[in-house]
Amino acid sequence: MSVQLLYKDGVLTAKMNGEIDHHAAREIREAIDSTSQRVKPYCLRLDFSAVPFMDSSGIGLILGRVRLYQFWKGHVVLCGLSSNLNKMVELSGIASVAAIERRAG
Amino acid sequence: MKPFNKVEFSFPSNSVNEGFARAAVSAFLSQLDPTVADLTDLKTAVSEAVTNAIVHGYRDKIGFVYISVKLFENGKAVVRVRDKGCGIPNIEEAMEPLFTTGGEERAGLGFAVMQSFCDCVRVTSAVGRGTAVTLTKYFEARE
Repeated sequence: MSVQLLYKDGVLTAKMNGEIDHHAAREIREAIDSTSQRVKPYCLRLDFSAVPFMDSSGIGLILGRVRLYQFWKGHVVLCGLSSNLNKMVELSGIASVAAIERRAG
Repeated sequence: MKPFNKVEFSFPSNSVNEGFARAAVSAFLSQLDPTVADLTDLKTAVSEAVTNAIVHGYRDKIGFVYISVKLFENGKAVVRVRDKGCGIPNIEEAMEPLFTTGGEERAGLGFAVMQSFCDCVRVTSAVGRGTAVTLTKYFEARE
């Protein structure tokens, strides 16, 4: 698992590469949080286009970031969800707290 | 009915092994010629069960996680994930969506995902002795 972070105009994009499970989630969380807490972007874009697999640890990861961004009234956007990731996202009902961008990228 | 093939393996409950466990199960299941969607469903359920064993079963220590996979002629696959960890005092409560003892970063969806992605989920547990989760899924033959 690797995470690429790109900050531009108040938006932090985290492009994740690899499978997201409980093991990988910690690494991703640490990478995103250390930068987020420093620059406090108004928006976090989580890019899943290079994530072939995700279990419910990914939902925990998203929820945790939604909570973190609420501290400075920021929000979280999910993008690049494949059909199998989307199944997990729908089951979790997380769309009520994070916006979903339907086009990959 | 007897399985036409089966495999058993075990590994220490280090989280780095989660990926290995689901990949190994997934590779073995490919003998049933499943669709990618069905295979991903069971792979996800296995990942949830293994994570539960590692995060909850062996909360404060490292122990072994035991996995068996049985394949049947009618396309049925049975995956059993077992630990010798702390056990679950109240299985009904543990299986409720959003219930978690894993802290803020855990969604509490493990059992909900297993139930939604498999045809049958059975859990047996004894406090202080461990937990076994049995996942059953039917793979339809592809035309």
